[in-house]
Amino acid sequence: MTATATENSTGVNYLNVQYGIRSWLLTTDHKRIALLYLASITFFFLIGGISAVLIRIHLIEPQGALLQPATYNKMFSMHGIVMIFFFLIPSIPATMGNFLIPMMVGARDLAFPRINLLSWYIYVVAGLFTVYALIAGGVDTGWTFYTPLSTTYANGQVMAAALGVFIAGFSSILTGLNFIVTIHKMRAPGLTWSRLPLFVWAMYATSVIQVLGTPVVAVAIVLVGLERMFQVGVFDPALGGDPILFQHLFWFYSHPAVYIMILPSMGVVSELVTCFSKKRIFGYHFIAYSSLAIAAISFLVWGHHMYVSGQSVYASLVFSALSFAVAIPSAIKVFNWTATLYKGSVSYDSPMIYALGFIGLFTMGGLTGMFLASLATDIHLHDTYFVIAHFHYIMVGGALMGYLGGLHFWWPKITGRLYPDAWARFAALVIFIGFNLTFFPQFVVGYLGMPRRYAVYPEEFQVLNIMSSAGASILGVGYVIPLIYLIWSMRYGPAAGPNPWGATGLEWQTPSPPPTENFEQLPVVTEDAYEYGSKEAHVV
Amino acid sequence: MSDGRAGALAHHFEDLDQQHEASSLGMWLFLATEVMFFGGVFAAYTVYRGMYLPGFEAGSHHLSIKLGAFNTVVLLCSSLTMALAVRAATLGKRRHLITFLALTLALGLTFVGVKLVFEWYHDYETGLAPGINWALAGPHSRGAELFFVFYFTLTGIHALHMVIGIGILAVLIGMAARGRFTPEGSNAIEMTGLYWHFVDIIWIFLFPLLYLIGAHY
Ligand code: HEM
Ligand SMILES: [Cu+2]
Repeated sequence: MTATATENSTGVNYLNVQYGIRSWLLTTDHKRIALLYLASITFFFLIGGISAVLIRIHLIEPQGALLQPATYNKMFSMHGIVMIFFFLIPSIPATMGNFLIPMMVGARDLAFPRINLLSWYIYVVAGLFTVYALIAGGVDTGWTFYTPLSTTYANGQVMAAALGVFIAGFSSILTGLNFIVTIHKMRAPGLTWSRLPLFVWAMYATSVIQVLGTPVVAVAIVLVGLERMFQVGVFDPALGGDPILFQHLFWFYSHPAVYIMILPSMGVVSELVTCFSKKRIFGYHFIAYSSLAIAAISFLVWGHHMYVSGQSVYASLVFSALSFAVAIPSAIKVFNWTATLYKGSVSYDSPMIYALGFIGLFTMGGLTGMFLASLATDIHLHDTYFVIAHFHYIMVGGALMGYLGGLHFWWPKITGRLYPDAWARFAALVIFIGFNLTFFPQFVVGYLGMPRRYAVYPEEFQVLNIMSSAGASILGVGYVIPLIYLIWSMRYGPAAGPNPWGATGLEWQTPSPPPTENFEQLPVVTEDAYEYGSKEAHVV
Repeated sequence: MSDGRAGALAHHFEDLDQQHEASSLGMWLFLATEVMFFGGVFAAYTVYRGMYLPGFEAGSHHLSIKLGAFNTVVLLCSSLTMALAVRAATLGKRRHLITFLALTLALGLTFVGVKLVFEWYHDYETGLAPGINWALAGPHSRGAELFFVFYFTLTGIHALHMVIGIGILAVLIGMAARGRFTPEGSNAIEMTGLYWHFVDIIWIFLFPLLYLIGAHY
């Protein structure tokens, strides 16, 4: 335990320093902004979740049990748009990234606190557009907004939804920009790059993608908007345009964007695995640089979404090879985490259960990505439930597990309270079981040929679909349990103390909840990250 | 882009140097996103230029090289006055600062005015506005139409950046008049300078790509 981590001498922290709605809506404190984000993304997670429930209920019967086909299309579109752009992309960066990065680098705040607040407002405005699109009739293009469907044929609120995505992009860019500058310029004395926590490295790589990728999808949306407004042929082949160009622009962002979703979780898992093994992380530099490698290579593989859309076979060949390459740094991480566990004194507190869940499920998702990245197999698997299962294994089994693991890990720091760990472990288990029951059958049914995005399906797929829907209801319960006990803990949880896990890292050396300026005295760093076992990192 | 009031050290920075470095890095990153943004449109432009080269040339022939060149000169001059404004700010010469900022603003307005009145409006009148008023017939009409789609998109986004820059300049002039800048505390001027030069550079790419294809001097 760190000797210097004292209870806050004055008892004033970032939560009780000021009260009232104004003090929240006008705050520039990165920790409060993180909580604003936490509340908003939870709201969108609920909307996305409700649409998922409706989809799964509908698919219990081959002819569809619940919705009109047109409504079904709107349901999965809204599910994808909300979950990707309004939940997963902001999830870890805007909450834990916001909360932790200044503390992990030993700074009082992010480099641009007001821009940080601005990014939240931009996110809210974007969210309003999306909610409007939902209420005013929905969109039926899928989250991918493919042309010419989105420009010419789609009915409904395409423009409102697309504008929502466009605006949310700016919030994402500003967050990434803020993080990069903070990590470069605000590190405490002695905190060299190779002493940074791996979460910070992961967030750095994520931010690079946010800053460089997001503008390109913005362009794609602007062009779709122009085409819709003026009936000019940017993408419409009937007017001389090229619909494939849209896919290029879209995936140029949206493939890297899948790494915006997973890299932060990888960062979280790096923290968790080493803390709960009470052992120095194995291969620090490999994990750190593999984050950068992922960010770099992720920009070069977008064409693997377009093998069957008419792109040149030579392009497909190159994209296929590069897609295999991008799996290497991911595998490096998995091996290093596993090696960290080896001969560690592993304890199974709830964050660790999420982390272990992450490792297993992410590996499944990544390996099935290889099937899809192979040209021949993808012809069979493209646009089937196999793809759905692949990315849910990564985005829900991986990214969301990491998000929950991180939330459980830093919750005592954020709120100053402990939650009932037995319940948390139980919930993690329920989520793990529910998740696999939901999505494993989708691999099978996809392999057997069930296409995605249809409101009806042949009878022989019913059993697998019922399994999936049953799993989804378990999964749903698994998500509600943490919601209850985490909220409960805010009021009734026992005080956590500064460092309940015995973790290294600057954020644990300040009271929980931290004071507004994070540290009573800015820290000086004299040791590497994760000095578990030997001696504890300490603040001078 | 710069947080923290001019001249003052924001509470979360250690010293003015750190604050200044943070602002510059932030601005450069912002410009990187801008490069990617324009880059996306340039990529699309390149694709269609390859597909419809004769159409693009035919379209380009309807643009006035004279006006484009005039505006290029105007913008280059504005970059000079902007650089002089930054210099005046670091030297603490308030009168010079205000003069150069005002000159930059005037040149910026000239650019946008010429664009709007003598080019866009003229194009619209003569049936060169795709989707609104398109009257160009002939074998290359389709390609020329796409050319004008990109012409309006690119120059439109560029002009939007100019207008934002002009707004910022107006605010800076007001602040300078109230003596808000000191030699050490003039981050905002320097960052606006970076932005302004960037917008100029974009135009330096736009001018040949739009006005000078298919040589028609
Ligand atoms: C290990 C590296 C990965 C490889 C090689 C890979 C490969 C692929 C391929 C080839 C496809 C296209 C399948 C098709 O449409 O036929 C695909 C789809 C997808 N992947 Fe991955 N993937 C990887 C990692 C990830 C990660 C980390 C995420 C998310 C965090 C992700 C999310 C998705 C999504 C959302 C789709 C479906 C997009 C859509 O059409 O709606 N993938 N993946
Ligand atoms: Cu991809």
